[in-house]
Amino acid sequence: MEASIALSGGPIRRWRPKPLIENPWTRYAVYLAAILYAGIAFGTLDINWARAAEGFERGGRFIAGFFPPDFVSKRVEITEGLIESITMTVVSTAIGIVLSIPVALGAARNLAPLPIYLFCRAIIALSRTFQEIIIAIVFVAMVGFGPLAGMLTLAFATIGFMAKLLAEDIEDIEVAQAEAVRATGASWFQLLAWGIQPQVLPRLIGLSAYRLDINFRESAVLGLVGAGGIGDTLNNSFERYEFDTAAAIMLIIIIIVMGCEYSSSWIRRRVQ
Amino acid sequence: MGAAETPPPGLMLQISGLTKRYATGDLALTDVSLTVPDGQVMALIGPSGAGKSTLIRCVNRLVEPTGGKVVLNGDDITALGQGALRRARRRMGMIFQEYALVERLSVMENVLSGRLGYVGFWRSYFRRFPQADITEAFRLLARVGLDHMVDKRADALSGGQRQRVGIVRALMQNPELLLVDEPTASLDPKTSRQIMRLVVELCGERGLAAIINIHDVALAQAFAQRIVGLQGGRIVYDGPPDGLTAEVLTTIYGEEDWSKTMSKVEEDAETEPAV
Amino acid sequence: MPVAVRGGGEKLWMRRTRAGDIVAWFGWLVGVAIVVASFELISQVTIWAFVWDAPAQGADLIGRMFPPRWSYASQLWKPMWDTINMATLGTGLAVLLGVPVAFLAAHNTTPSVVFVRPTAIFVIVFSRSINSLIWALLLVVVFGPGTLAGILSIGLRSIGFIGKLLYEAIEEIDTTQVEAITATGAGRGQVLAWGIVPQIMPAFAGITVFRWDINIREATVLGLVGAGGIGMQLQASINVLAWPQVTVIFALILVTVLASEWLSARVRHAVI
Repeated sequence: MEASIALSGGPIRRWRPKPLIENPWTRYAVYLAAILYAGIAFGTLDINWARAAEGFERGGRFIAGFFPPDFVSKRVEITEGLIESITMTVVSTAIGIVLSIPVALGAARNLAPLPIYLFCRAIIALSRTFQEIIIAIVFVAMVGFGPLAGMLTLAFATIGFMAKLLAEDIEDIEVAQAEAVRATGASWFQLLAWGIQPQVLPRLIGLSAYRLDINFRESAVLGLVGAGGIGDTLNNSFERYEFDTAAAIMLIIIIIVMGCEYSSSWIRRRVQ
Repeated sequence: MGAAETPPPGLMLQISGLTKRYATGDLALTDVSLTVPDGQVMALIGPSGAGKSTLIRCVNRLVEPTGGKVVLNGDDITALGQGALRRARRRMGMIFQEYALVERLSVMENVLSGRLGYVGFWRSYFRRFPQADITEAFRLLARVGLDHMVDKRADALSGGQRQRVGIVRALMQNPELLLVDEPTASLDPKTSRQIMRLVVELCGERGLAAIINIHDVALAQAFAQRIVGLQGGRIVYDGPPDGLTAEVLTTIYGEEDWSKTMSKVEEDAETEPAV
Repeated sequence: MPVAVRGGGEKLWMRRTRAGDIVAWFGWLVGVAIVVASFELISQVTIWAFVWDAPAQGADLIGRMFPPRWSYASQLWKPMWDTINMATLGTGLAVLLGVPVAFLAAHNTTPSVVFVRPTAIFVIVFSRSINSLIWALLLVVVFGPGTLAGILSIGLRSIGFIGKLLYEAIEEIDTTQVEAITATGAGRGQVLAWGIVPQIMPAFAGITVFRWDINIREATVLGLVGAGGIGMQLQASINVLAWPQVTVIFALILVTVLASEWLSARVRHAVI
């Protein structure tokens, strides 16, 4: 291409952009594998296209069923569901944060000895692997239907989320600051309070606000498996084909989530 | 190896046969023996990787020595358990390269952190320090000209100001010995001289001994009473500042034209007021 | 002021003023009160007898889950394959739709700040505030049970995620590089291709793989509402209380999620 201009008189040097994968065989093999995968994936999906096509017409009627959203006739259930969701969110976030701090300290390689590190990492992995819904199923089986199961689920998920991100932050601290605190003769707890807490506190607050937001969103679906909250109400209204009520509930969820999103990003900006 | 158990009076620090091998296998210090008398300001020079940082960190055991002995005023530091080590660390103030202040804490909190070894956890957590500590903090901050900035956050200060806070933090420990690690790295030449002068003056005022790691040979010659040259983890020079000849510098740092550095030393007459 | 002078000229120092102290303690008090009150609400609707029974229930549950019915795994390969395909194709769909939305939403690439940008932002927030399970609930009604609803709900939920992270990345690019390309006389499209796209490629790859990893997790539960994948087997097994089968499903999900997490970590590590 243009690079050859500079060498007028010399032999023509061609230039093409360097491909992402150097070896042409691997490159084409990767392309081929991708195409093959897409083909097979689509082929094996057994989608009922006739049913799907019918869906658009159905969808129209379905969406029409949403309007106008009905906030009134089920307002007691809606209010109860909302209060359950909010209380679940608040308690689970608080408990989750409190429990995640020791786990995060244990999961930071620069603070914890190896056995404790592995143990705390295992807790994190366990909590993060399963989708909240699956954990909720187990908790519902253990403590019965209702918001307590939802609260335990969210608290458990919060521990994994917060501890992982907080541990990463602790591992990234400026070592010099902690070393200076250590050099004054500080004890281990003083090292945490003076050398580490000031460095990770903004992150901790930001993550907590973010997790509060996530927990509310999740609390809206845990009801699908009987773990309480507004999701219960939503699921019921779907099962009874009360789509206007369902629309009202979804609107409420969207508004609250948007509110959470704006306020949590505002908090995070404030503490940076 | 085999240092005298009871030190002759007036010996602040005795290091004998100090060896450090890191887990990576790198041998940072090999059989280093050194004594620092009371009130002596000693500069430790040497190229990067010579083991200067490791040496002073072995003194307060931020780095655990592999072998050898460190004796502070008659107490064997290397034999102490964790609690006793923390109490011993209070007796050694440390000043860091790049200041190492806790950036998000205020100047006063950073200064008071020098008292952490003396107060209990909850007292320190709620910042309820004894009034004597606070009075001392104000006095020292006034001494270095920062008493009007007590509630500024450390990250709002200039480099020279931060290093003065670092010095005050070390002095708050009421130490017997100062360990100073590259105090002037990342400071401009004028501020570097001011900081060095301040450290030396404060040592003089309190009769403190100090070990100062420094890569700037001219500064070392200007301010220290004694110079120790380290190369490859061994001491290759130990003597007065004016004994640093071109040959000596070549043994420490390798072949180079030293006339520039040497001449800079002679110009060293002008005086600026230490802050 | 935290600095005060006592009678004898002795200076006092406190971290906060008296009023500041009171505000801080009061804030903590209010926070704790809210959490306790919320917990009280949850506790009212909880049947504690069930909860005290939870250890026994848990032990009983584990007793019923073991030994796992490993032979059931032979019926799970196809649903698992569907689950992975749902996640992958859904992510693909979200990339196709989310990337343009991101460019329309970023203030430095949007064609119009007055109309297009707020619309694009609204699409992103809307998509994010509805959990993929709720999307699935809706889409199953429209398109009938099956993987199509699953793919679409994953896609619709992921548009917001990809769009949000990508438009933030676009807004954070180094403007001097864009200026330099503009200064060569490049057109709008060329500036995009040479000045902006190279800067956001690593972020884009990271975001996509990250979302794919999340989607694998999400896809495992969509079947609970009928949107295809292994969740349908899970639902069926729970309905007939076939706990030894549930164990096998959990184990399979665990392995798949760990594998996808490992893969996504490898890819993100490679591109960053």
